[in-house]
Amino acid sequence: MEIFGIPSALLGSQLLIGLINGSFYAILSLGLAIIFGLLNIINFAHGAQYMMGAFIAWLALTKFGINYWVALIATPIIVGAFGVFLERTMLRKLYKLDHLYGLLLTFGIALIIEGIFRDQFGISGQSYDVPELLAGGVSLGFMFLPIYRGWIIVAALTVCFGTWFMIEKTKLGAYLRAGTENPQMVQALGINVPLLITFTYGYGVALAAFAGVLAAPVFQVNPLMGSHLIIVVFAVVVIGGMGSIMGSIVTGLGLGLIEGLTKVFYPEASSVIVFVIMVIVLLVRPAGLFGRT
Amino acid sequence: MSTPASPNREMLRITDLHAYYGESHILHGIDLRIGRGECATLLGRNGSGRTTTLKSILGLVGRRTGSIMLNGKEIIAEPTHRMARHGIGYVPEERAIFASLSAEENLMLPPQVASGGMSIAEIYEMFPNLAERRSSPGTKLSGGEQQMLAMARVLRTGAKLLLLDEITEGLAPVIVKKLGEVITELKTRGFTIVLVEQNFRFAAPLADRHYVLEHGEIIATISREELPEKMDWLHQTLGV
Repeated sequence: MEIFGIPSALLGSQLLIGLINGSFYAILSLGLAIIFGLLNIINFAHGAQYMMGAFIAWLALTKFGINYWVALIATPIIVGAFGVFLERTMLRKLYKLDHLYGLLLTFGIALIIEGIFRDQFGISGQSYDVPELLAGGVSLGFMFLPIYRGWIIVAALTVCFGTWFMIEKTKLGAYLRAGTENPQMVQALGINVPLLITFTYGYGVALAAFAGVLAAPVFQVNPLMGSHLIIVVFAVVVIGGMGSIMGSIVTGLGLGLIEGLTKVFYPEASSVIVFVIMVIVLLVRPAGLFGRT
Repeated sequence: MSTPASPNREMLRITDLHAYYGESHILHGIDLRIGRGECATLLGRNGSGRTTTLKSILGLVGRRTGSIMLNGKEIIAEPTHRMARHGIGYVPEERAIFASLSAEENLMLPPQVASGGMSIAEIYEMFPNLAERRSSPGTKLSGGEQQMLAMARVLRTGAKLLLLDEITEGLAPVIVKKLGEVITELKTRGFTIVLVEQNFRFAAPLADRHYVLEHGEIIATISREELPEKMDWLHQTLGV
């Protein structure tokens, strides 16, 4: 069967890859958006924190025999706690300064983390087996779907929309939204904003680590895996609108699909299509597709 | 001029309060005392330090020195979010209604800090417009509705000391009249109120005492009883 002259299996598999990449874009850009919204810091260490998630899961399995499911819960907590430490000891000192200082600090932190992991593990990738429960695949008729890849999409969407629900529909989310607009006033109303900021950074970092654990069985676990991905994720955040929660999720998934389709119809442009869209969005709607002008 | 609140019913005592924004020294030793259930105004021209005095109580200025005693307890070293927990409710000049929250989310945002706060039913009875607009985004409300929302937001929390900054600014006379009725009602319920106000006609009948500020200092304290004889001086000083 063909669609627009393209075999359906090829189109389907590229759309699936696009959706998987989009799932990672969505989780990572969601974390960046939450952090930027409340802390006004562009967290350049996000890619390194994603890489830490994958590495800690790999280390947990190979050194301690800790399985995937435990790592999927424990790793975001561990890396999130590391984020809390960074926020308490370093980022906190920069809130009154320009965004640029936060970006430079987190960029430096990213380089240090990557350097340590390169020194310890080299740059050749480590492999992480797909957990037994999610091994194999199913035939959808027009294409073959590896179960683990389907799981990535389900897990990513669950976490993204769970986060969206927390921010849009709960009291804690109302604190976050109000704190993003006017943190001083939120403090004057009796809410401990410094604690809220620490929690937010820790949660954003934990999301990156969660994505890292999800990625471990499908990508090579190596110290540079985060820096390769993070540039695209920043473009996703800009296109969605800095700080926009739903913008991050929808744009992440949408751009993953567009990237997948570009690989089918015009492969030469597939690695730059996201940046082309970013340039167009910046020119036409600088606040991003979902950002407030 | 007037007699300050006696110590046993004193709610707020500020002594030698200095406040700074960066290198700028804004308040130069404010002293004031406000008794439980009193309404005091801070009067003065623009830039005299009235809003900064309120912000200093809450810790919203760069740096402050001196003493702020609330119910006999020193609170100047405490962080801003603890002030609300001590029962201070703040309504800022710009109202600070959150655009990403609905009117009711704005209303429910502050945590309850003490018993005795007004219930939602009481608030909607006092401000019927808010009940009708509860689902609207906060900043889609009219100026008057936003002002009512900013007031209502702190009444729910159980705060007993209200710091109200220019609450009548830019509002239609009918709304100003309504706010006057609300302040009168709050006084009868025992709230202590510090009112920064440009609209002297609004503030004069409500206040038990007026503090007049100039260049970050209190230059006069005038009680309700002393007001008639000080009117000419006040008009001259405030340019009203």
